[in-house]
Amino acid sequence: MKIVLEPRPTPPISWLLMLSAASIFVALLVLGVVFLVAGLNPFSAYATLASRTLGDWDGWSRVIQRAIPLVLIGVGLVLAFRAQFFNIGAEGQLLVGAVAGSAVALFLPSLGFLTIPIMFLAGFIAGAIWGFIPAILKLKLEVNEVITTLMLNYVAATLIEYLITGPWKGQNQVGFSYTDDFPAAARLPLLGSSYIHIPTLLLGLILAVFVAVVLSRTRLGFRMRILGESIATARYVGINAVSTTLWVVMFSAGAAGLAGVGEVAGIHGKLLEPGQISLGYGYTAIIVAWLARGSPIAAIFTALFLGISFAAGDVMKVSLQLPANTTNIFNGTVLMLLIATEPLVKFRVKLEQVKLVKDAR
Amino acid sequence: MEEIFISTFARSLAFGTILLWGALGAVLSERSGVVNLGMEGMMILGALAGFAVMQTSGNALLAIAAAALVGALAAGLHAFVSITLKANQFVSGLALTMLGLGLSGVLGKRFEGLPLFTQLENISVPGLSSIPILGKAVFTDQNPLTYAGILVGILLWVVLFKTRVGIQIRSIGENPAAADALGVNVVLTRYVCTMLGGALAGIGGAFLSVAYRPSWTEGMTGGLGWVAVSIAIFAAWNPLGAIGGALFFGGLYHLQFRLQESINPALLKMMPYLSVILALALGALRRKSRGTAPAALGLPYQRGQR
Repeated sequence: MKIVLEPRPTPPISWLLMLSAASIFVALLVLGVVFLVAGLNPFSAYATLASRTLGDWDGWSRVIQRAIPLVLIGVGLVLAFRAQFFNIGAEGQLLVGAVAGSAVALFLPSLGFLTIPIMFLAGFIAGAIWGFIPAILKLKLEVNEVITTLMLNYVAATLIEYLITGPWKGQNQVGFSYTDDFPAAARLPLLGSSYIHIPTLLLGLILAVFVAVVLSRTRLGFRMRILGESIATARYVGINAVSTTLWVVMFSAGAAGLAGVGEVAGIHGKLLEPGQISLGYGYTAIIVAWLARGSPIAAIFTALFLGISFAAGDVMKVSLQLPANTTNIFNGTVLMLLIATEPLVKFRVKLEQVKLVKDAR
Repeated sequence: MEEIFISTFARSLAFGTILLWGALGAVLSERSGVVNLGMEGMMILGALAGFAVMQTSGNALLAIAAAALVGALAAGLHAFVSITLKANQFVSGLALTMLGLGLSGVLGKRFEGLPLFTQLENISVPGLSSIPILGKAVFTDQNPLTYAGILVGILLWVVLFKTRVGIQIRSIGENPAAADALGVNVVLTRYVCTMLGGALAGIGGAFLSVAYRPSWTEGMTGGLGWVAVSIAIFAAWNPLGAIGGALFFGGLYHLQFRLQESINPALLKMMPYLSVILALALGALRRKSRGTAPAALGLPYQRGQR
C-alpha cells in the first residue's frame, strides 16, 4: 500500500464543512481535557455553557452582541487574506475607529441625525489609515505585516490609555479613566432590552452582501481573485498588485474601524479602557475569516459561531471561575487544526495498491 | 552623570534579558528558514513552567530546565505543523500564541499571587566587576541568566558563522534544495533549530517569572514575545545584533519607570511598540541594498519541487 496525494483544484463544500466541523470537535475535546485538569466535570461544564448561551433569548442576545464586531471585521479579513495580506491588526483598527467615533461624539457641535453616520464615517477612515501604514510598509519595503499590524494594536491601545487618562479624561468621571458620556444623539438604538445595536448589525450584514457581490460580479473582484491565486499571474495580466492590495487592506481595516464605533456608541456610550472596548475581537475574527474560507456570506455564520465562543467566555468567568483567556485554548486549537488540515483540502489522499511480485521461484 | 548612565545601562540590560533570550531563539529558528511567531506563547508557557517548578522545588536549575523543555515542546508543535504538514507558518505561530496564553491562564490559576521562597539571586562576576565603567555597567549585580544570555548570544554567533553546522543551518535557510542535494538533512535540522529556539524563548519567560519579577500573573509577558521576534529581524538575524537590540528595547522599557513622573505613562508605554515599527522600516531600507533575510524564510520545503 502506498499513500498518494492527488491535487484537487475545487474541493466539494461538504468536505470543507466536514473538516471544519472535525476541527471544532477536536478543539472542544481539548478544552474538555483542560476543564478536567482545572478540576471541573467537562460534561456539566459544557452543559452550563450551552444553557447559558443558547438556552434562552438572553443568552442568544449576548451571542449576537458579540457577533456584531466579528461580522464586520471577519468580512474585512476575508478580503485581506484573499489579497494575501495577513492583517493581525484588526484589534488596533477597531480601537482607532472607536477613538475617531468618540471624537465626533464628544467634540463636534451637535449634528442631529447626522451624528451617527458621521461617527461611522470617521471610524472607517481612522481604521483605513491604521491599515494603510502596514500595507504601504509591506508593499514598498517588504516589512512583514504580521508584526507591524500587531505592534499597531499595542500603539492603538496605549493611545486610548493616554487619551482617557490625559486630554480626554471626563470632567464628571472622578476617579475613573474614561471620557464623559456621549450625548444622546451619538448613541445607537438597541434592540429591546438587549445590547444588540441595530445599525452596526445592519452595516455588517450589508457589508457582507456588498463584498460578496463585488467579489463575484465586478472587475475589481476579478482582479482580487487573480491576485489571491498568484501575484505573478496578476502582474502578467497587467493588474497593479500594489494599488489593488492597498485599497483592499484599507477597506478591510476600515470595516474594523466601523466595529469600533459600534462598540463605543452602541454599548458603552463613552471611550474607556481598550480592554473593555474590545475583548480581542480583532484576533478572534481571524478564525472567523479562516473558517469562512474566503466567502463573505459564510463569515456571517462563522461570526455567529465565534460569538457563542465569546459569550461562553463570559459564562466561564462568572459561573465556572475560569480565566476569560480560556477561550484562547479553543480558538488556538481550532486555528491550528484548520491550517494543519489544509493539505486535506488541496489534495485527495489515495491509498494505492502496490502490486507485489510474488516470489519468483 | 556617569552614575546615571551606568545604572541606566545596567537596568536596560536586566530588562533586555527577557527580550534577548526570545530574540536569540527567533534568530536560530529563522536562520534555518522557519518563522516562529509563537514566541509570545512559548515565553508565557516557559514563564509558568519555570515559576511552577521553582515554587514547588526551590531549585533554579530545575526551573530553567522545565521552562526550556516546555518551550521546546511548544515549538515542536509549530515545527510539526509548519515543517511536516507544510502549513502556513505565520498562522501556525499565531495559533501557538493563542494556545500558550489560554493554557497558561488556566493551568497557572493556582499559582496566581503565590510567593517564591527561593529566588534566582543576582550575582557580580569576581574580577570582571572591577573593570572601570564596564564592570559596573555589565558585570555587577546582574542575574546569572543575563550573563548566560550574552554568552549564548556570542556562542550562537560563533556556531552560525564560524562552524560547519552553522553553514549548514544558514544554507537551509537560504536554499534548502541545494542543501538537501549536498546531503544536509533539511527536515531534521529545521526541527532541531525550531525546538532549540523554543527552548531559548522558554528560558526568557522563566527569567521574567523566576528572577526579574518573581511571581506569576496571567499574561505577564504582555507582548514582549512579539518585540523579541522583531528584534531578530531588526538585528538582521545576527545574534550579536540581537544582544544590541535587546539592550536598546530594554532601555526603552526602563525609561518608562524613569520618566513616568514627567510624561504620561501611557505615552511611554507606546514607545517600544512605535520603535519596533520604525526599526523594521529603517532596517528594511538598509536591507534593500544588502539583502540579509534568509531567502527561504517562511517557505515549506518539498523535495523535488521548486
